[in-house]
Amino acid sequence: MKTIKEIQEEIIEEFAVYDDWMDKYNYLIELSRDLPLINTRYKTSDYIINGCQSKVWLNAEYNDGIIKYSADSDAIITKGIIALLIRVLSNRTPQEIIDAELFFIDAIGLRQNLSPTRSNGLLAMLKQMKLYAIAWQAKSKAG
Amino acid sequence: MSYDINKVRNDFPILSQKVYNKPLIYLDNGATTQKPAKVIEKITEFHSVKNSSIHRGIHFLSEHATEEYEKARQKVQQFIGAKNTHEIIFTSGTTGSINTVAFSFGERYIQQGDELIISTMEHHANIVPWQMLCDRKGAVLKIIPITDDGDLIFEEYEKLINEKTKLISVTHISNVLGTLNPIEKIIETAHKHNVPVLIDAAQSVQHVPIDVVKLDCDFLVFSGHKAYGPTGIGVLYGKEKWLDALPPYQGGGDMVENVTFEKTTYQPLPLKFEAGTTNYIGAIGLAAALDYLTETGLSDIARYEHELLDYTTKSLLETGYVKIYGNSKNKSSIVSFLIDNIHPSDTGMVIDKLGVAVRTGTHCAQPLMHRFGIDGTVRASIAMYNTREEIDMLCAAVKKVKEMFG
Repeated sequence: MKTIKEIQEEIIEEFAVYDDWMDKYNYLIELSRDLPLINTRYKTSDYIINGCQSKVWLNAEYNDGIIKYSADSDAIITKGIIALLIRVLSNRTPQEIIDAELFFIDAIGLRQNLSPTRSNGLLAMLKQMKLYAIAWQAKSKAG
Repeated sequence: MSYDINKVRNDFPILSQKVYNKPLIYLDNGATTQKPAKVIEKITEFHSVKNSSIHRGIHFLSEHATEEYEKARQKVQQFIGAKNTHEIIFTSGTTGSINTVAFSFGERYIQQGDELIISTMEHHANIVPWQMLCDRKGAVLKIIPITDDGDLIFEEYEKLINEKTKLISVTHISNVLGTLNPIEKIIETAHKHNVPVLIDAAQSVQHVPIDVVKLDCDFLVFSGHKAYGPTGIGVLYGKEKWLDALPPYQGGGDMVENVTFEKTTYQPLPLKFEAGTTNYIGAIGLAAALDYLTETGLSDIARYEHELLDYTTKSLLETGYVKIYGNSKNKSSIVSFLIDNIHPSDTGMVIDKLGVAVRTGTHCAQPLMHRFGIDGTVRASIAMYNTREEIDMLCAAVKKVKEMFG
């Protein structure tokens, strides 16, 4: 299985062919369509991460030492970026997620979409993904 | 004389730049306007050769700075037609002005069970300070409903006023719908019941001529940065009788006459409401912006912008898939819309990359979004320097969005 670093490099390579923003966005739209649907029972206010611009729903499950994320958004480009975050961080151990340094966002030019000033819920989602990992790691150590 | 759009555009240095290698099309003027060279130069000049704290020193620079600051106050007075210079208070902006009234008026006049009236189309700045006041005093906030077109329902407004009503605070122009509210009628009706009215002119002072004496409003507030002036400066106009009766909002230097540990007496108006070192350079910059508006001619600007608003509305509707929120017969400078079922955030992100700056989201008016059952809109807001060509580019960008998201 590829490491988090390797997957990020893979994504950077995929985006390297697009020098036009519209092409990048079209690719994100494509990715958004491939994102597995989140179970509708997680599409409630308990799972929502509110941004001023768009909403994000996030669920995490922990089985056999591995965290699996599922997520959705009401905005398509946001959903495309979610698909990337899930591809990088899902199916990993809590430690891998905690240690992950996400450099691909900068590299593919999506940094402004994850900046605190762009309150589309993505930055909050990323924080929440890490928090789940921290929580489960603490639990597994305690247990 | 016809409106010289080319000259106007040349007066704004920022407009000639490119973003993402495309000409900048700035249609986010409801959030903030760009600054004409005259304002930028004035601020730079002041920092470079005139800067000094006002009202305190007796030295050369201080006296001149004080003089310019007080001249700025006169400019504002003339611009909105106030009777007295001391009825003009400089604040940090519309938000600062409304909070001042909410606190000071609240302290003096609001008791448990009293009622305040605002409308469904208010910006959060004209909602939250009143909610905080209601929480402090046990008062009740009443809301004027609106029609689907985005007009206040006047009969409902009349019904809300009763002997418990202490203040009415409504926006002149909605920052989302662009509705130009019938404030003359609103004020007249309120005054029949002896209730004072605050007008939020943040979206109007730069678009339509205002005369506070003719309007007979009790308070009127606006921001410098939305009127081609600098940020961090705003105006609170209040009738002398109210401002005199209200206690100060903030305490500190400059607003006091005499301070001992036993008792402090306050300065008369306007200084009573200007604690601490004020943003005097902001005020002077704002005065330069108002001068610029006056020289260009606010009535001509209004006419020009209104034609452009009609053109924008028509062009967007012609695409066949744009729905406009805010269809009042009386509108100014703002068009909020959605493209089919496409999320405003998706729209905003794509058209940004095409060089078009618009605002997307809830526009600090979440209750209004709830009223229409939507999560947000795309808002194009027009200023004196926008052109038909720019609106054509906006429409081309909208078409591109439709192609991409279906």
